[in-house]
Amino acid sequence: MRYSGFRVIKEALTGHRGWGPAWRDADPKPEYDYVIIGGGGHGLATAYYLAKEYKQSRIAVLEKGWIGGGNVGRNTTIVRSNYLLDGNEPFYEFSLKLWETLEQDLNYNTMMSQRGIINLMHSDAQRDAYIRRGNAMILNGADAQLLDQKQVLEKYPFLNVNNARFPVMGGLLQARAGTARHDAVAWGYARAADQRGVDIIQNCEVTGFRIEGGKIRGVETSRGYIGAKKVGSCVAGSSSKVMAYAGMRLPIESHVLQAFVSEGLKPVLPGVITFGAGHFYCSQSDKGGLVFGGNIDGYNTYAQRGNLPMVEDVMEEAIAMFPMLGRARLLRSWGGIMDMSMDGTPIIDKTHIDGLYFNGGWCYGGFKATPASGFVYAHLLATDTPHHTATAFRLDRFHTGHMVDEKGMGNQPNLH
Amino acid sequence: MIINHPLLGPRDSSEFVYLGDACLLNRPDWQADDALEQFIEYGHIRDNPAGLHRELWYHEQGDRSWLVVTRNTVTHEITSVELARDVALAEGRST
Repeated sequence: MRYSGFRVIKEALTGHRGWGPAWRDADPKPEYDYVIIGGGGHGLATAYYLAKEYKQSRIAVLEKGWIGGGNVGRNTTIVRSNYLLDGNEPFYEFSLKLWETLEQDLNYNTMMSQRGIINLMHSDAQRDAYIRRGNAMILNGADAQLLDQKQVLEKYPFLNVNNARFPVMGGLLQARAGTARHDAVAWGYARAADQRGVDIIQNCEVTGFRIEGGKIRGVETSRGYIGAKKVGSCVAGSSSKVMAYAGMRLPIESHVLQAFVSEGLKPVLPGVITFGAGHFYCSQSDKGGLVFGGNIDGYNTYAQRGNLPMVEDVMEEAIAMFPMLGRARLLRSWGGIMDMSMDGTPIIDKTHIDGLYFNGGWCYGGFKATPASGFVYAHLLATDTPHHTATAFRLDRFHTGHMVDEKGMGNQPNLH
Repeated sequence: MIINHPLLGPRDSSEFVYLGDACLLNRPDWQADDALEQFIEYGHIRDNPAGLHRELWYHEQGDRSWLVVTRNTVTHEITSVELARDVALAEGRST
């Protein structure tokens, strides 16, 4: 079924009896050409682009819980491409371009809103760094604009720009950045993939790989053995667990990132805004809640909840930026598990096992990458060569020294 | 999380800085034939288990001792806290 304005009116007049399920709840078949492990945004996007762009068939997505129940439903929904390094920026800009046409492509309302992101700057050194970053973005075909304090205040008149320790001197604006409804992204990809024949198999946890003579034969799951010519792992947060079934150890630690939402407020934040002197980012959802977050807690964990010191830290940053938020109440907080890679950059590559592929290490930047991650992973799975925007995301870069360290922190995952 | 410091008693984890897996105590021998492989592994590759994890915490806002904490990464329960120095000495290291 195609969704359209006409369809909404027709269903409204006929008692909404025509809406079917958006995707089939498929049962596993004995064998597929492609098995994607992980029914999050990236896994569903991979299956969709495999079917659509690379004309492949016999594709299954295995999800241990339900679609959209993992990190794709736990992020702060920010979409942007304001990266610096050559290995990163073309990829994220490719992603943002896919975001811009995603709703038409999927025939699904992902509530993509290009409301702009401003990274605030608080020192001369930071202004220099943002000018450099903005130039790198423009050179890679993205948009960037340097704002002075007055221009920032025109958009955010309530900002505390005269903070004695961290005055706001201006900001770097990417006007094409914004937010998208995270659940709708998962549902939209699931529906579009399903329409192209992809089997989405929920409540199906992978418990092992069958590997013979260095070649993948299939996966063992909680719903039985499933044969596969090619298997792609796409389970950021649990990558070390899943790849350990293939005997692999990864340059990854799992960490928890907390996110927060306030009670619903009248429209106050016109776009996404980040505090440059710490790590804090905030936007307002269409329901009115302020959605915000900060740093990861900083220790290895698989518990989808964080601890109080980081809650306090994030609230302090919020109040330092917007003193007016002191009266707003916090509604909810939650945590998601991140693959923190050793250089802060994702990995999309083959493994040493023939037919087994790996996509992970997204740190806490995975949501914005969803369309491009799916696209380039589909490219890798279908053609066995990396997509031209993703040649830097190699698994062996830690051996060869070609790290892509966007933040310049070295091999310390909790600092990225 | 509360870390039960062997010398100072229970302290809040926010007084500490987290480094990572306690395997970092065992720096490879730079003269070994496969020193390059060992250092790549030491610097980048981790077990990252879901369950018991031995890890290094530094008491930066306290007595600046390094601790080896055994903690469950699924429940955050801490079952053992040792001075990293004692752990290294018990493993036969001279310092």
